[in-house]
Amino acid sequence: MLSRTATSLYWIGRYVERAEFTARLIEATVRLDALSPRPAGQAAWESALLVAAADHEFNATGEPKTPANVSRYLTLSQANPSSIRSCLDAARSNARAVRTALSRDAWEAINRAWLGLRGRVNTGGSQATLALVESIRAEARGFEGALHRMLRNEAYSFISLGAAIERADNTARLIDVKYHLLLPEGEKVGGLVDRDQWTTILHTVSANTAYRWLYRDGLKPWLVADLLILRPELPRSLLASSEEVVTHLGYIGKRTGLQGEADRLARQRHMMLGRASIDGIFGRGLHEYLTSFIVENARLDRAIGKQFRFG
Amino acid sequence: MSANRAFDEIWGMDEGHGGRPEFTELADWIRNTPPAELERRQQAAEAAFRQLGITFAVYGEEESSERIIPFDIVPRIFTAKEWAHLSEGLVQRVEAINAFLADIYGERKILDDGVLPPELILANPQFRGILAGQRPPHGIFAHICGIDLVRTGPKDFFVLEDNARTPSGVSYMLENREAMLRLCPELFEKFRVRHVDNYTDMLLETMCSVAPNGARSQPVCVLLTPGHFNSAFYEHSFLADSMGIELVEAADLEVDDDFVWMRTIEGRVKVDVIYRRIDDDYIDPLIFRPDSMLGVPGLIAAYLAGNVALVNAPGTGIADDKAIYSYMPEIVRYYSGGEAKLPNVETWRCREPEALKYTLDNLEKLVVKLVDGSGGYGMLVGPTATKQQIENFRAALIAEPHRYIAQPTLALSTVPTLTEKGVAPRHVDFRPFVLSGAEGVQIVPGGLTRVALREGSLVVNSSQGGGTKDSLILRETAEDAAGGQG
Repeated sequence: MLSRTATSLYWIGRYVERAEFTARLIEATVRLDALSPRPAGQAAWESALLVAAADHEFNATGEPKTPANVSRYLTLSQANPSSIRSCLDAARSNARAVRTALSRDAWEAINRAWLGLRGRVNTGGSQATLALVESIRAEARGFEGALHRMLRNEAYSFISLGAAIERADNTARLIDVKYHLLLPEGEKVGGLVDRDQWTTILHTVSANTAYRWLYRDGLKPWLVADLLILRPELPRSLLASSEEVVTHLGYIGKRTGLQGEADRLARQRHMMLGRASIDGIFGRGLHEYLTSFIVENARLDRAIGKQFRFG
Repeated sequence: MSANRAFDEIWGMDEGHGGRPEFTELADWIRNTPPAELERRQQAAEAAFRQLGITFAVYGEEESSERIIPFDIVPRIFTAKEWAHLSEGLVQRVEAINAFLADIYGERKILDDGVLPPELILANPQFRGILAGQRPPHGIFAHICGIDLVRTGPKDFFVLEDNARTPSGVSYMLENREAMLRLCPELFEKFRVRHVDNYTDMLLETMCSVAPNGARSQPVCVLLTPGHFNSAFYEHSFLADSMGIELVEAADLEVDDDFVWMRTIEGRVKVDVIYRRIDDDYIDPLIFRPDSMLGVPGLIAAYLAGNVALVNAPGTGIADDKAIYSYMPEIVRYYSGGEAKLPNVETWRCREPEALKYTLDNLEKLVVKLVDGSGGYGMLVGPTATKQQIENFRAALIAEPHRYIAQPTLALSTVPTLTEKGVAPRHVDFRPFVLSGAEGVQIVPGGLTRVALREGSLVVNSSQGGGTKDSLILRETAEDAAGGQG
């Protein structure tokens, strides 16, 4: 496989995952905003900006943080490199360049998602916003489905690898930001918290039902963290994402004979997560733990690029 | 030039009455299928094309920079006999083109024999002096030719242009057929149509056959594209995908010790045959345009060392230059020993004083073309041009006559086409694709029909609002075979 092709496939995985995550985030935020007893719009949308790591850029626009402005910024803005539109532009551009490495279905799903946003100027009211992000999520599911029907070759593994690296990063940032917001300084975990905020986290990763099944308990912040970090059953957890990275690296290694630093880092990370306990993580400090996870993840991303001679 | 005097390929000379008997069934189909139903199928085809991303970019347009080429649901049909005539002429012409290229980059006998003025070749920017004396692997220069044909009557076919560089459009031939099979299956029950879908197998076969001596038994072939911003990128990826070969950009290739390598995740892999969809000018910045970012430095050196085959070979542009075109009847006669079976359109070379005078006196009747123009750019269609456009061309002609040729405005044949006002005749041309490999010349029974969608328009280029149609070549019937022998 051409190195350029591998690079593009990896980034298709990352961009589609990021677009889908942002769509989920917007959906959950609309819900949180609607459920809040007071006009809590601003706080909900501020935290969405933080999770998407887009708060600095948004502040630079000088626009007020109204739900309409923030949802437009996260969804459609071309000035925001992480907006859903920017992600789909980049995913499609990469997909076009490596069209031959994708199945027709996979390409069509990306192209349809991209076509769906073309020409949209506004997200509209909350109902229209929900309809829009739902359609993007549907296309992203279509892409995942098409991906699973693709040949199990390196192309499949590079896309999946990109998606798993991106997913790990997104989940880590989601937990980090929400915990920060929900637990004002000095307050202990398990203190009085806003139930709706916890539900929002679970909604963002589609884990509401999963939580009930796994814990059969009311919403407890440490259990939410346990679910999102350490449970292998939840596909978006840090452990599951890390395991996926190991699997796909192993798969590529088997097909091409290429193994190296990326495999070592990925296996090490997976092993450490497997041994960790939620008590230990809280003892060390959740924020510190997540920050170092995000840094490790970026290091792994660079090691992958080096190992496969990305451009 | 008026549309109603043109020959219609289905309806005959007289629209609606006395159509061609062999196509009565198609005329009936057109008459009996409600326009709304045709419209619905056409839209279904276009929606599918858009979803597949079969788009092309229009240069100079920022908005909607990706468009699909309009597709017309009414097909065009050729009888087996017509096709036999066309393919004989095409084989003859393409063999002559390859013999001509081998000659002018070799011994130049045709110049010694005074068939055409030497300066026309030697001073032509399309003639690549640096390649003189170079025989490409297996002696073939133009492996893929797209010959543009026009028609003015039942038996009157002419060659309008020879495309011997990097002709495009073959993906439309293939995708249009897929769409027709899906949307109008009943037509394929009425007519027994020859298949086009083995084109990509033939192309790969052609590429493998011209691999340099010493290449492996399974040569590594790649398709070199300028990248996904190129107007024909869809076609590049479609062809690479159908052949199962890598689609590479310049940055994926490197030349080392006169061998070409591609960069893969496992290291570098040697490349034997490159189907390049980049023009000569951009292909190697060390030899041609130094500012080209699309090219591969050292590629020409590897080619000259005989270590890689380029499809088409560099330097073929001289064969489809419009100034050379006017000499094609002489060139065909010189190499084949017989008259051209497919004649040229009458052409005035404005470099000759008498031709220039005739052209200037008749601008409003003629089509004037830049010898190095393409895609409908830099062209005057006298009968539909404004006074101002004609005067601009007059000034340009007087200033640089050698850059222009002139041709009569032909009454191009029409084919029924779905328009806003129902099915109506529209002018068409036809581009079959001719493959030349080590084993000889092959033509897939089909081609790209381009249609000028505007009423009365003769310009079929996609960049100028043209569309495409499927082109059905009928199988030989028992009657044809008997007629052929008798």
